[in-house]
Amino acid sequence: MSDVAGPSRDRFAAVTEEVTSIPLRYPEPRGWWILFAFALLLLMVFVVSAGALLRYGVGMWGNNIPVNWGLAISNYIWFLGIGHAGTLISAMLLLLGAHWRNALNRFAEAMTLFAVVCAGLYPILHLGRPWLFYWMAPYPSTMTVWPQFKSPLTWDFFAVLTYLTVSVLFWYIGIVPDLAATRDRARTRRQQVFYGLAALGWRGSARHWARWGQAYRLTAAIAVPLVVSVHSEISLLFAAGPIPGWSSTVFPPYFVLGAAFSGFAVVAMIAVVLRHALGLQDLVRERHLDLLGIFLLATGLMTAYGYWAEVFDVLYAGEKQELGTLQDRLVGAYAWSYWGAVVANFVPLQLLWFRSIRVRPLPLFLIALSVTIGMWLERYMLLVTSLYRDWLVSSWAEYHASVWEWGLFAGMLGVFLAPFLLFVRFLPVISSFEIKEVMAEDEEERHA
Amino acid sequence: MPQIFTASADTRLRAGMLLLVLAVLGAGLFIGGYMDSSYATLVGWTRSQPVPFSHQHHVGGLGIDCRYCHTGVETSAEAGLPPTHVCMTCHSQIWTGAPMLAPVRASLATGKPLHWNRVARVPDYVYFNHSIHVARGVPCVTCHGRVDKMPLMRRAHPFQMGWCLDCHRDPGPHLRPPDQVTRMDWSDWDEHPQDHKLYGELMVKAYGIEPSKLDDCNVCHR
Repeated sequence: MSDVAGPSRDRFAAVTEEVTSIPLRYPEPRGWWILFAFALLLLMVFVVSAGALLRYGVGMWGNNIPVNWGLAISNYIWFLGIGHAGTLISAMLLLLGAHWRNALNRFAEAMTLFAVVCAGLYPILHLGRPWLFYWMAPYPSTMTVWPQFKSPLTWDFFAVLTYLTVSVLFWYIGIVPDLAATRDRARTRRQQVFYGLAALGWRGSARHWARWGQAYRLTAAIAVPLVVSVHSEISLLFAAGPIPGWSSTVFPPYFVLGAAFSGFAVVAMIAVVLRHALGLQDLVRERHLDLLGIFLLATGLMTAYGYWAEVFDVLYAGEKQELGTLQDRLVGAYAWSYWGAVVANFVPLQLLWFRSIRVRPLPLFLIALSVTIGMWLERYMLLVTSLYRDWLVSSWAEYHASVWEWGLFAGMLGVFLAPFLLFVRFLPVISSFEIKEVMAEDEEERHA
Repeated sequence: MPQIFTASADTRLRAGMLLLVLAVLGAGLFIGGYMDSSYATLVGWTRSQPVPFSHQHHVGGLGIDCRYCHTGVETSAEAGLPPTHVCMTCHSQIWTGAPMLAPVRASLATGKPLHWNRVARVPDYVYFNHSIHVARGVPCVTCHGRVDKMPLMRRAHPFQMGWCLDCHRDPGPHLRPPDQVTRMDWSDWDEHPQDHKLYGELMVKAYGIEPSKLDDCNVCHR
């Protein structure tokens, strides 16, 4: 980069300035405060709902035999699924060398991080005694019993913990050079110290960059297989049990693709909102919206294949119980969740075949919102329709989430939103140095 | 632009992180040590009682059998604490005016039982049944220790789940002939450990004890 001409240098500086000026001199504090107040309100709802749960136990919820999972587990899968898109965009596209990711990866990773936190809280709160959740860790306890490695709960523990650790590492390693850039442009003493500490003494020397490159790619290489393994594990919570409607070999790929689908939808929503709110139209361009639309369409169609494969599986096998569950899904008491999922996931999605729709922020946002809701309905449908009619007719019962479950869900959105808004306000939301890298490479190509 | 940090900032950051790691590891070690400490397990701590009853004197000195006072031990889940009348079988005749025994006499007079403070206690979510342990030949001393050597009652073993499971997973070596269960100082097999081992194996078979099932959760948590 040493022989870059003067005007290009200015262009690089402009990118850095644009990204780092957001945390240093936030462009729209009023809108942010309104959103943050809303997020804090939701967070308070979380504290109340979780507090009531801890005080009075899971009897506060509507789940009971036979539907003993309910909203807690369907939301767990939903949040974790959303989280996977961040890793896919960042790590997989980094390893594949897809440069367009650079405008999206930072906030997609932050989304992953906070979504995984929300996801991880759910199975813990779902325990009868949440404060003993650490019993799932294999540590030398006075009980001298190991965790039950045959239990999905233990799988959850390892899956979420691993995923959270790798997500934090990947996100933080990626943000360090930008924190240093923010530090160098900070004016007040407090900002200088905050970003200076966070940047861990980054000076941008050649050795720093070489080591950083190794660390970043290595973490990416660890993160990518995790997307597949973690969500396959989640699908095995279902597929490993002898429950009609769950015990299917299509579940692992079906879940991984569904996760990517819902995650891309949320990334698209965040991208649209951020570029509008922070005026980032020149960094998150139409091209990025276009690519997000294409990814959304592609993963959506793959998820649709999963729906089809599920139905085909049942019809081909012809098991009486499985057929009964299929019938429950299509026309049973919870048919609204099945058809709601099908319609919300796949009908507006078809508009994304057209480029003119993909590059327009509002339609893309609305389609992504529809997918997010549709994927939530899908998780609800998968869980409840299989359970509410058990093998034993005598134990059939319907499930209705109690107000405390809905409260916890609303509160959990606050758990996601509040830290995400803090991230938007105080940290560089876009990876400026990676964008500059691409600009420099383009320039070199042009010169050559 | 003046420097934000001094030249030693990197070193101090690294030292801080090292301290953080050490603090986390140290906290782990501390908690681990605490959980096994006698402060947490109450091993060796005497509890204050309404009357300073001495097992050393009554069991070790006078040779009263455990079942004389703890009458339920062979037939029910609880070994039981003796009613005041049991104390009075002797103490209506001897030490009748001892000031130490005033609460016992008061209890007899008013009909209000003495309120003993429990020493050997398992949590409420543990189902423990004395009778089956006694019937299969688990001696009192295994859990309660040498009470004949305790002037004041104290816990002899940490009542932790791991300690229960040690025996549940391999009960054979802990079994005795049922008629020797209450003997504190039984030593017939001390010189012939092979016999004890043989007996244990035979009894495990004879009673149909399946150690592989004895550590199922619902054996104790029902």
